[in-house]
Amino acid sequence: MVTFIAILFTGALFAGFIGSLTGLGGGVVIVPLLTIGFGVDIRYAIGTSLIGVIATSSGAASAYVKEGILNIRIGMFLEIATTLGAIAGAALALFAPTHTIAVIFGFVLLYSALVSLKPKVEDQNEDNQKEGKYVRIIGLLKAKGSYMTANGMKNYTLHHLTGGFMMMILAGILSGLLGIGSGAMKVIAMDSIMKIPFKVSTTTSNFMIGVTAAASAGIYLTRGYIDPVLSMPVMLGVLIGSLIGAKILIRSQTKKIRIVFAIVVTLLAFEMIYNGLVKNI
Amino acid sequence: MTDNPHSWNDGRMREIMGSLLRYGVLLAAFLVIVGGVLFFIQHPHEFFDYSTFKGEPPRFRQVHLILSEAMNFRGRDIIQLGLLVLIATPVARVIFAFIGFLIEKDRIYAGITFVVLIILFISLFSNYLMF
Repeated sequence: MVTFIAILFTGALFAGFIGSLTGLGGGVVIVPLLTIGFGVDIRYAIGTSLIGVIATSSGAASAYVKEGILNIRIGMFLEIATTLGAIAGAALALFAPTHTIAVIFGFVLLYSALVSLKPKVEDQNEDNQKEGKYVRIIGLLKAKGSYMTANGMKNYTLHHLTGGFMMMILAGILSGLLGIGSGAMKVIAMDSIMKIPFKVSTTTSNFMIGVTAAASAGIYLTRGYIDPVLSMPVMLGVLIGSLIGAKILIRSQTKKIRIVFAIVVTLLAFEMIYNGLVKNI
Repeated sequence: MTDNPHSWNDGRMREIMGSLLRYGVLLAAFLVIVGGVLFFIQHPHEFFDYSTFKGEPPRFRQVHLILSEAMNFRGRDIIQLGLLVLIATPVARVIFAFIGFLIEKDRIYAGITFVVLIILFISLFSNYLMF
């Protein structure tokens, strides 16, 4: 058991490290690591992964919540959507056949690999003050904000509230069903749909991941999916790995790492889909 | 500094939220490490099989049992208490946001936060409900 836990810790450390370097989070690789790598039942794997997701999200958010870029109000409002989705996703996972979950997981992995390779246009929504259709609701929700950039204060207004809210429900469902943070999807909801500046989107997304994962973790914990012996090395490994990754991120070229990571994730995706289709999982 | 009329309070709210998240994760990690060490001492040669799902026993999944079993200082119970603290950390952040919005007299956001809080509690105590 000691060797098993030590190997698991090393794997989680690596997952957290790479996850924070690529911005995808360690969650997407924990489930394949446990199921394909260690032969763990996917239900234990999902519960364990959620624990890792909460640890990294809360650890990272504690550092930059003070910086003032993320928008607490927009985050709180959208958390209604993600937590509702998360509960629905977790409830779905209690009844869905495990091989179906594996196949869905594989496709989400493929999608994550694609997203991690997409070049990021950072200032698309910067200084976006034009108001959308929902002027009254936006006023009521105070759904605008401002943040500090190198070029001074920038203001922005939210667009497509309904579309963004729907996308957040979907992000919550996937998070609850698969035990991942689904940060990439949250960023898409805010950045591409709601036209929130990229930096505000990524930081607010990370801030929301912990609460979203906590909503489904409650269901998983009370249904006996979260095992202490599996969770111990994964939580500590992912947490330490992501902290090291965040330190290195500031002064390193991540393009090569992204490509390697995308290839690994793609291979894992096919492995998950195959195992799901032949009902090996 | 989201909203100018509230910027002073929001700044403080952020600072307290940051500390809340940091100490929550640190406390959880501390409990998990202590529990892990105790587990290695108490079960040096035991091996668990996770290839088929059996589900955890009640002492690892019901909130009130996790709290009471931790008093017995068994390794796995302490780890599970740490995991419960970890799950409670974002919940504590939401509770704090609710109080913060009440202090700022921001009724709309206090309401929004309260809805999130109810959803979280439904999840954590779902086994006591019918769901």
